Amino acid sequence: MARNREGLVLLIDVGPAMHSVLPDVEKACSLLLQKKLIYNKYDEVGIVVFGTEETGNELAREIGGYEHVTVLRNIRVVDEVVAEHVKQLPRGTVAGDFLDAVIVEMDMLIKMYSAGQKGKKRMCLITNAACPTKDPFEGTKDDQVSTIATKMAAEGIKMESIVMRSNLIGDAHEKVIEENDHLLNLFSSNAIAKTVNVESPLSLLGSLKTRRVAPVTLFRGDLEINPTMKIKVWVYKKVAEERLSTLQLYSDKAPPTDKFAKHEVKIDYDYKVTAESTQVIAPEERVKGFRYGPQVIPISPDEIETLKFKTDKGMKLLGFTEASNILRHYYMKDVNIVVPDPSKEKSVLAVSAIAREMKETNKVAIVRCVWRNGQDNVVVGVLTPNVSEREDTPDSFYFNVLPFAEDVREFPFPSFNKLPSSWKPDEQQQAVADNLVKMLDLAPSAKEEVLLPDLTPNPVLQRFYEYLELKSKSTDAALPPMDETFKRIMEQDPELSSNNKSIMDAFRGSFEVKENPKLKKASKRLLRDKPSGSDDEDNRMITYDANKHKIDIVGDANPIQDFEAMISRRDNHDWAIKAITQMKKRIVKLVENCTDEGDKALECVLALRKGCVLEQEPKQFNEFLNHLFELCQERKLSHFLKHFTSKKITLIPKSEAPDSDVVDENADDYFTVKQEPMLES
Amino acid sequence: MELDPDDVFRDEDEDPENDFFQEKEASKEFVVYLIDASPKMFSSTCHSEEEDKQESHFHIAVSCIAQSLKSHIINRSNDEIAICFFNTREKKNLQDLNGVYVFNVPERECIDRPTARLIKEFDLIEESFDKDIGSQTGIVSDSRENSLYSALWVAQALLRKGSSKTADKRMFLFTNEDDPFGNMRISVKEDMTRTTLQRAKDAQDLGISIELLPLSQPDKQFNITLFYKDLIGLNSDELTEFMPSVGQKLEDMKDQLKKRVLAKRIAKRITFMICDGLSIELNGYALLRPAIPGSITWLDSTTNLPVKVERSYICTDTGAIMQGPIQRIQPYKNQNVMFTVEELSQVKKVSTGHLRLLGFKPLNCLKDYHNLKPSTFLYPSDKEVIGSTRAFIALHRSMIQLQRFAVAFCGGTTPPRLVALVAQEEIESDGGQVEPPGINMIYLPYANDIRDVEELHSKPGVAAPRPSDDQLKKASALMRRLELKDFSVCQFANPALQRHYAMLQAIALDENELRETRDETLPDEEGMNRPAVVKAIEQFKQSIYGDDPDEESDTGAKDKSRKRKAGNADDVKYDYIELAKTGKLKDLTVVELKTYLTANNLPVGGKKEVLINRILTHIGK
Repeated sequence: MARNREGLVLLIDVGPAMHSVLPDVEKACSLLLQKKLIYNKYDEVGIVVFGTEETGNELAREIGGYEHVTVLRNIRVVDEVVAEHVKQLPRGTVAGDFLDAVIVEMDMLIKMYSAGQKGKKRMCLITNAACPTKDPFEGTKDDQVSTIATKMAAEGIKMESIVMRSNLIGDAHEKVIEENDHLLNLFSSNAIAKTVNVESPLSLLGSLKTRRVAPVTLFRGDLEINPTMKIKVWVYKKVAEERLSTLQLYSDKAPPTDKFAKHEVKIDYDYKVTAESTQVIAPEERVKGFRYGPQVIPISPDEIETLKFKTDKGMKLLGFTEASNILRHYYMKDVNIVVPDPSKEKSVLAVSAIAREMKETNKVAIVRCVWRNGQDNVVVGVLTPNVSEREDTPDSFYFNVLPFAEDVREFPFPSFNKLPSSWKPDEQQQAVADNLVKMLDLAPSAKEEVLLPDLTPNPVLQRFYEYLELKSKSTDAALPPMDETFKRIMEQDPELSSNNKSIMDAFRGSFEVKENPKLKKASKRLLRDKPSGSDDEDNRMITYDANKHKIDIVGDANPIQDFEAMISRRDNHDWAIKAITQMKKRIVKLVENCTDEGDKALECVLALRKGCVLEQEPKQFNEFLNHLFELCQERKLSHFLKHFTSKKITLIPKSEAPDSDVVDENADDYFTVKQEPMLES
Repeated sequence: MELDPDDVFRDEDEDPENDFFQEKEASKEFVVYLIDASPKMFSSTCHSEEEDKQESHFHIAVSCIAQSLKSHIINRSNDEIAICFFNTREKKNLQDLNGVYVFNVPERECIDRPTARLIKEFDLIEESFDKDIGSQTGIVSDSRENSLYSALWVAQALLRKGSSKTADKRMFLFTNEDDPFGNMRISVKEDMTRTTLQRAKDAQDLGISIELLPLSQPDKQFNITLFYKDLIGLNSDELTEFMPSVGQKLEDMKDQLKKRVLAKRIAKRITFMICDGLSIELNGYALLRPAIPGSITWLDSTTNLPVKVERSYICTDTGAIMQGPIQRIQPYKNQNVMFTVEELSQVKKVSTGHLRLLGFKPLNCLKDYHNLKPSTFLYPSDKEVIGSTRAFIALHRSMIQLQRFAVAFCGGTTPPRLVALVAQEEIESDGGQVEPPGINMIYLPYANDIRDVEELHSKPGVAAPRPSDDQLKKASALMRRLELKDFSVCQFANPALQRHYAMLQAIALDENELRETRDETLPDEEGMNRPAVVKAIEQFKQSIYGDDPDEESDTGAKDKSRKRKAGNADDVKYDYIELAKTGKLKDLTVVELKTYLTANNLPVGGKKEVLINRILTHIGK
């Protein structure tokens, strides 16, 4: 196995108590293997399950015992089969003994890779650790675990235990759990092992590190207190965004018969003096220009080289300051970690002394850093202590970049105290808010904290790989809907909200919000997603899903539906006006050709009225009605007009749309007044 | 829907969120600086901060503006500005009014974008002022001359340029005379006051805002109630707020001007869903973003004309130019899985663009490594949803009081992220706002973004060395000695940026010498060399390293990779020069090529051809 490859054994508890979470385990493991197929395709993978009815492992065959542990797959290079396999884990029937399984797995790793072989050996145990373990033949369990752990450390095997505890059933004995936790802890203190307790399927997905990145130092050198006192440190990235891989461009231009077609796409850049000219300039004939007011100043590479700011590699301490001086939101970038050079014991001590003292006194250090020689700029940042809880881990610092003076845009904002009192909460409202902040609690205790960033998977990546898998099977596979598990990061936990229903209701009741009636349709979308309890007929239009079929014209067949769909389109607020205009035309046509179709026209008018009220366009409607009225008079269509009163078609009064200049009383009698002379004639 | 592939893939390389904060329309600002040049501006002085000397009010006003111009040309070079003195001996203005002088340089309209030349000549204005422009009180009771009135008129005429819909128009008025018509006969005074105020009101009606930057006498505060409160239209509430912000010192003044010049802010609207059925409206502001030297425009090196870049996608099989959105592939399981651009953008769209509240946690749950990129500042708005501000303030107060932060899901960014909403109380000092009240939105990493580096450095079963009490005590003493006095987060100017602009300015203005830029980020050597500090460091060092400070003991595993590199650099097996001459470099392996590069301190990145070329260039030298 090569240096940078990994041999991984997944050790999965499939006992009855695990059945409910196995689908999520399958999901997590399959993502892990999928990524291996793409990024680390030479990594080797084995799968062991325990808690199965049957037994199938080498140790059982050789020396007996080790029952209910089954090797599903021996360690070999990752392939499609295993990626499929892991999605159909067997459901076991007995409570598994994880210690047995760990031994079987360690045996596999040791047999596979002799100690001298480089590369990383990792095992990943997924269990609820709620079943009793057997006593060893000799000695205590503690001794046994310590021996295994020491052996693992000697073999360079890393162990990751993911303990799933959300679904503990009543009969799980507290003692057993306590003992198991103790045993897992023993692993941690004797080997490179860590245990993650997860509560929800979401954190299960997040807890399995599916990306393997070889850690690379960003900097190795001195942290300079002053020229005589230097501490040897290494700097790594602590946080770096995992991005969607950049996909290659694909060309389908080559004829299908061309077997050697590469289907690659090359990107060419042409530099032209003007858009029209065909004259192309060679890249070296270009020179960089920088804007300075209206001018663009050309600067040759030589000038840049000689005049630019020059830096020398190094980390220099500027001094210490109160932690409260550095507000959290000033952190500018992803975070680095500064660890002492592991080979220099004195540096480890020096870092530890400063870090612990910083933590004790709430101080932070300000440093100036140049990671590489010739770097374009210096970085000023803050070191905060990272005091380790584990005995065997050296203390270190986190490093966060701070802004320069130029990076800050100081805008004054009105002080809350100076806002009008109608905008401020009263005592009762404040109490309700306090309650919400207290009770909608995501971290009732340190152990029960949910939505930890460290255990939260990225929904977009999860979805991409899921889609990729589907697409690899069928080219035109549809995009799968968002996995249910991820609802937990996109919406409030229904359990938490229902437990706090009275608090939420109180909050909703105390803080009424309403759309500003003075604003026009364009911006009126904020409150629309509010689930409406009322049976108000108007809501029909809001919920109409216009995006399904984008309707952009009010047709002959179903003018009302078209109009409603169009007016509720939110992709561009012009649609409302367009819909209204088209509807008007349609009505005029209907009226003009009207013989007996008066009903349809009337319905259209009603729909238009409703639409105009909703979009707060009273003028549009009122003027149109006026126009329609005149039109009818001209064409002697009085029978049509009669229906206006019976159908209660009136102008839109102020009470329905504040922008209207029709007083409520006048809205109704408008027609009767105007109709009078007509009736007489 | 036509999609630009760049748009879809852009978030791989840069933060599309920045776009939200970029101005959508080319909105710009027209500014007229009105500077009182009356003799009183020259005779009144205040104490300078830096050196022990007195500075005239005129000097303060002029240097403020000079500084403001320099930042204008860099940050907002589309804005148009004019500089206008009043109470001058000479006159120069389109209206030919007495006592008003519009300062300008050739190749520039009176109100125009700032140019290098304008900045250069304005820097020297004080030397030539007496000769070319001259100071002379322009408000004369008998002749009914009113230079303030004229100045407002000229400024308003200058600001006629540009539509008030797309541009903001402002005047900044610098003066130390709080009662310009004070010593006149009552009737004349009333008359002049009335006409001047009317002139100001006319300007304001045209959408021009007038901002006053008053300078106080050391012994007498500028009394805004005498005249100017009516001119700039302050009501009594604002009056009390206005005065403390008016400084006496140059630094205060610069600060004031800077803040007011930047008063325009670019916001992104955010819907914050607190619970089902309750959403409030917020505005997001990018208050902290790394400033970078302006974008590069490629020029033709012979003509210095801008070059247009055309990008074309070419199929390597057929040589045909590809049109429209190009499909993407991901090699997977021995096949190429294809995605259309549309499909990829759908994958990324996992939620609505809203900000959804999920719950609250104590502040100590937000770790120092939970950070990815600069935060976004949130401030409520009642513009569209009435009641937003109230709900926001209530949550804000509760969070501060209970020392908690909110966790929310922000669907508006790509990729969508969990965010921490940390309430920030308003912090004020010297009447200025240091931290605005509101909530800072901090973007949290996902599990896979976080790396477990600590684990890498653990040695299982072997306790890491920990400091003794004495060592801790020495560290503590050291930290006390090295305490930074009055440290503020962004006190350092970006040295590379400063250098870059100095370079631009020097080349643009044809100056022989580069303006000296100071690297403020270097440690304070003088302070570090104070005996007490040196002693504290020495003692700490002594406690850690013992008597023999140079002996750094090497324990634990050797750093293998480093050794490998170093070893390679030493054993140069080939005569590279000979190989280069005979063109046989290509027969070497990449590792062998890199050996040479490492040994000669050259970069080792790139493909083999690149490496060979690099070696050839190096040998060629």
